[in-house]
Amino acid sequence: MFDVNRAIDAVWRIESPRLIAGLARITGDVGLAEDLAQDALVAALERWPQTGVPDNPGAWLMATAKHRAIDMHRRSKRIERKHEQIGHELDLQQEMNVSELDAAVDDDIGDDLLRLMFTACHPVLSTEAQVALTLRLLGGLTTDEIARAFVVPEATVAQRIVRAKRTLAEARVPFEVPRGTDRDARLSSVLGVIYLVFNEGYSATAGEDWIRPALCEDALRLGRVLAELARNDPEVHGLVALMEIQASRLRARTGPSGEPILLLDQDRGKWDQLLIRRGLTALARAEQLGGARGPYALQAAIVACHARARTAAETDWERIVALYDALAELTPSPIVELNRAVAVSMAYGPALGLELVDALRSEPALKSYHLLPSVRGDLLMKLGRLGEARSEFDHAASLTRNSRERAMLLDRSRKAAAGIQP
Amino acid sequence: MRFMTIYKPGQETTTPPTQEHMAAMGKFIEELAKSGVLVTTDGLQHSAKGARVRMNADGSFKITDGPFTEAKEIIGGYAIVNVKSKAEAIELTKRFLKVAGGGESEIREMHEQPAFESRSPSQFADAAHQRPQPEPTQ
Repeated sequence: MFDVNRAIDAVWRIESPRLIAGLARITGDVGLAEDLAQDALVAALERWPQTGVPDNPGAWLMATAKHRAIDMHRRSKRIERKHEQIGHELDLQQEMNVSELDAAVDDDIGDDLLRLMFTACHPVLSTEAQVALTLRLLGGLTTDEIARAFVVPEATVAQRIVRAKRTLAEARVPFEVPRGTDRDARLSSVLGVIYLVFNEGYSATAGEDWIRPALCEDALRLGRVLAELARNDPEVHGLVALMEIQASRLRARTGPSGEPILLLDQDRGKWDQLLIRRGLTALARAEQLGGARGPYALQAAIVACHARARTAAETDWERIVALYDALAELTPSPIVELNRAVAVSMAYGPALGLELVDALRSEPALKSYHLLPSVRGDLLMKLGRLGEARSEFDHAASLTRNSRERAMLLDRSRKAAAGIQP
Repeated sequence: MRFMTIYKPGQETTTPPTQEHMAAMGKFIEELAKSGVLVTTDGLQHSAKGARVRMNADGSFKITDGPFTEAKEIIGGYAIVNVKSKAEAIELTKRFLKVAGGGESEIREMHEQPAFESRSPSQFADAAHQRPQPEPTQ
């Protein structure tokens, strides 16, 4: 017998973003919209085990939530009559009635989802709040799932979400897709949130697992949704390309016991060709739209160089260096410089790479960044300076908060000590 | 986690689908893409254009050209979806079959992506308790 609760869970995953988005437009309040959607879910949990899942569960949930909204509105109207001073502050429009609600919901749901993304990633919210709200409202994740993914207590996430919703309401953030130049800035914050989620999954900053693929999946799903909703924004396709291609390597990035395997050591037969193809298509789309020089498209172009190389030796490092040059010009950062140094070392030799890395050693932003000594150790190894390499790996191991990565770095340190060349 | 859904219409016809049917299916696939779950999908041409290749116990091959006779077993199309649970794949498949107008789909979790483990199923039994306290209306 198929468990009805699982079916409800599945329906919720599929329907909740659209449900919340539609309700947010009706009520103009994301927090209230989510409450109404949750009420509908609770009603489904009570009813469906008896009646079975209805034929069109999304419509059922929406109708239930709307009735609840109308009840609330009527109740608040009664209160309003008693307390006129708060009446005009009510969230629901004064004149709202059933037919208007229907008309509102029948509009293009895609626009609502896009509005919901922009609202959840509004700059009035902290990055943590944007991430939590996006995963909750658009990813359909529970607070518990978000908490586990980011290795923080559930209460912290719950509070973050409550506060975020209150902040949006207090700041009277309109439920809309921004226009003009504002749109670009706001879109880049949406992209930033999605990429942050992806990266946390791709290379967890803390905890026992080096990768949390479920988070990569969540980010990919959000990115794919966004690519359908904002089809003409090249950077959206750039980001999707970047994530698809990075995700294509997930299977190859860890060994049997979860230890990290570095790019050049990976079994390329394990790379997912389907995701690579999707990524390359998305990259081509970004380029077609004139966005080849966008920061995400450039990063996607870099990972595409790896994806296209059938063996590590076939990698077009010179092109990668050129792409990093462009990226460094566009978004100068010590981390981009560090990556560029690695590419330079591959294209033109470790000595040149080491020069660039050494120039970064005084960089305050990289002071506790474990990949700086890790890269330096790697280059020193290649130059045969094993003693120095060893202390760099030890230093890197002391800086990372991820236990898998620490183990790998300590292993490299041991190999350096034993004089085993890579 | 990724699932492959393999669609068996239960019959094989040579008449092309109606325009309404095509449009409905197109809309469904677009919706699926918009919800971010669709990795790839395609329909398959008539089995008359296909063949079956079998290796016998002695190592020799037997090649049978289409059309295949067991209508029930004929595969009409496939999709790969990226979802949170088997339940989600089932729900999507129900929706697909409604649009397709019948038939059967086999849903198989793909082995190739062991890294994409799902989280343990969320417990919605305590959804009411998880819900944040209603905030005061502004």
